[in-house]
Amino acid sequence: MDVKMWTYIIVGITFALYIGIAIWTRAGSTKEFYVAGGGVSPLANGMATAADWMSAASFISMAGIISFAGYDGAVYLMGWTGGYVLLALLLAPYLRKFGKFTVPDFIGDRYYSNTARTVAVICALIVSFTYVAGQMRGVGVVFSRFLEVSIEMGVVIGMIIVLFYAVLGGMKGITYTQVAQYCVLIFAYMVPAIFISLALTGNAIPQLGFGAKLTDGSGMYLLDKLDGLNQELGFAAYTDGTKTTMDVFAITFALMVGTAGLPHVIVRFFTVPKVKDARQSAGYALLFIAILYTTAPAVAAFARTNMINTVSNKEYSSMPEWFKKWETTKLIKFEDKNGDGKIQYVKDKEKNELTVDNDIMVLANPEIAGLPNWVIALVAAGGLAAALSTAAGLLLVISTSISHDLLKKQLNPNISEKNELIAARLSAAAAVIVAGYFGINPPGFVAAVVALAFGLAAASFFPAIIMGIFYKRMNMQGAVAGMIVGITLMIFYMLKFKFGIFDGGKDAIDGLKSAWWFGISPEGFGTIAMLANFIVSIIVSSMTPPPPAHVQQIVEDIRIPRGAGAAHAH
Amino acid sequence: MSNKNLQDYWNRNLTYLVVLLSIWFLCSYGAGILFKDSLDEIRVGGYKLGFWFAQQGSMYIFCILIFVYVWLMNKLDKEYDVDEK
Repeated sequence: MDVKMWTYIIVGITFALYIGIAIWTRAGSTKEFYVAGGGVSPLANGMATAADWMSAASFISMAGIISFAGYDGAVYLMGWTGGYVLLALLLAPYLRKFGKFTVPDFIGDRYYSNTARTVAVICALIVSFTYVAGQMRGVGVVFSRFLEVSIEMGVVIGMIIVLFYAVLGGMKGITYTQVAQYCVLIFAYMVPAIFISLALTGNAIPQLGFGAKLTDGSGMYLLDKLDGLNQELGFAAYTDGTKTTMDVFAITFALMVGTAGLPHVIVRFFTVPKVKDARQSAGYALLFIAILYTTAPAVAAFARTNMINTVSNKEYSSMPEWFKKWETTKLIKFEDKNGDGKIQYVKDKEKNELTVDNDIMVLANPEIAGLPNWVIALVAAGGLAAALSTAAGLLLVISTSISHDLLKKQLNPNISEKNELIAARLSAAAAVIVAGYFGINPPGFVAAVVALAFGLAAASFFPAIIMGIFYKRMNMQGAVAGMIVGITLMIFYMLKFKFGIFDGGKDAIDGLKSAWWFGISPEGFGTIAMLANFIVSIIVSSMTPPPPAHVQQIVEDIRIPRGAGAAHAH
Repeated sequence: MSNKNLQDYWNRNLTYLVVLLSIWFLCSYGAGILFKDSLDEIRVGGYKLGFWFAQQGSMYIFCILIFVYVWLMNKLDKEYDVDEK
């Protein structure tokens, strides 16, 4: 059977599974819609969190980015896993004990003001919308590459599927589909990785193959070989990287803290029955994420070795079939600048003749390694699972922010349970349509902003939540001032150095690099904005009255596990 | 529960946090970033040690840290009788 047929079959089966689960787990109350009734087991929640968290970017692009960045790729590996330690130790158990539905719920109650709640809702919406548009785009891209439909058509198919299970099942439907999606995506990621590790190093475990000797008869370690290849072609050694230590530090920190502050991740910990379960499921979540995240750098190194060996200084006419195939999708581009008929892949831009898209490293891996067609189809299903699960989690945050945080808590507190549920479903449907629109017509800034969503989350939510739990004296004035200063500073830095809007637009960006504050890139600036938030909060709160007694009581109360009922609305 | 007990419980929790987060910091920012170059002098199989911490080791340690915390806190909750029934 050819690849296309296999893809139809495997993607078809997985989609039928997701829809089946959606019908099985319809939500009957707002509690089921917002937090799956609060009865999800820690293991299931760990899997769901892992799928929720790992997006199309983790599945398709990350290994490719590491492959080109070498050591520097570690910022994503550590940044996107280390945040779970912060979540498990500093946030999840306490927010679970607090026992409401959303992050703005916590901010609004702990800082006893609707201003704080509104600031939190706006931050949640900014972060989630930028993120979800990227996911819908990812769905479209996977469809178009594997099934040869247009990207637009792919986005529409994705929208219909997500609409179906997010609107019908709410958090309950999303949770159990995410469990299924995790299984699909991890299987799809590991199968090619294991085959390639075996082929290159003779070791079936990619994490070990990464540090093993090559089986090509050279007797060299894979990483030494790769360092050599890189340097021969003028790149930095694979294990060294090019970013400054300060910048690596700042980016890693911003990603970690941003991860811990992302509303669609935090809300997953409201779905388990107990405080104890919240801690434990953070552990499971990281374990399930780490399976993919420790494999990714191995895949990156394997793929780069394979690629350089296959193309560097070889005749263009002797390229294997996959090279030509991916050339037609424009993910591989070759331009014979010196006219010798060979491919020169080197660092020097003037002489380099080959451009390779990041995504190739995962998408084309099975073909490069000569794996059977069903493995290629499996990778397509895995990419779709990763994109859909993250999109659904984000859409739920958006719909909850509107129906619960804005409508129920501010505009119309007397709304009936039944009407609130209808409002939640309608806002989920509206959010899917808006996200789909941006997926089809991506504004130029989406790609740039997705990476910065972490900085925004780090600069706004993280300090407000941490001090809400660990610093009893923190009051409304301090928290609101801190959030506003943090997010404004972050947005300012982003506009100035990522978009160059104060200095004449995109073309000015490269010239502005030398003006980066403390040598920190916009991606890492969340760290500084977060510190500014902490400092402003503490100074302002020390000059204003302490929070009222009942709020201090809330803080006392969330610090001990006993008495945590299921999440409730009042 | 009395205030004194509650304060004790909280202080023990904070002690755990400080110790575990110090390890978190040392294995990622320390071994993987700040001291990466000197650790790279040491080799373990095909890995330079600093590089291994950055792209493999720190993630394993993160996992272990969370499960150690879960275990410590479950014990502490019981000891101070604040666990969930």
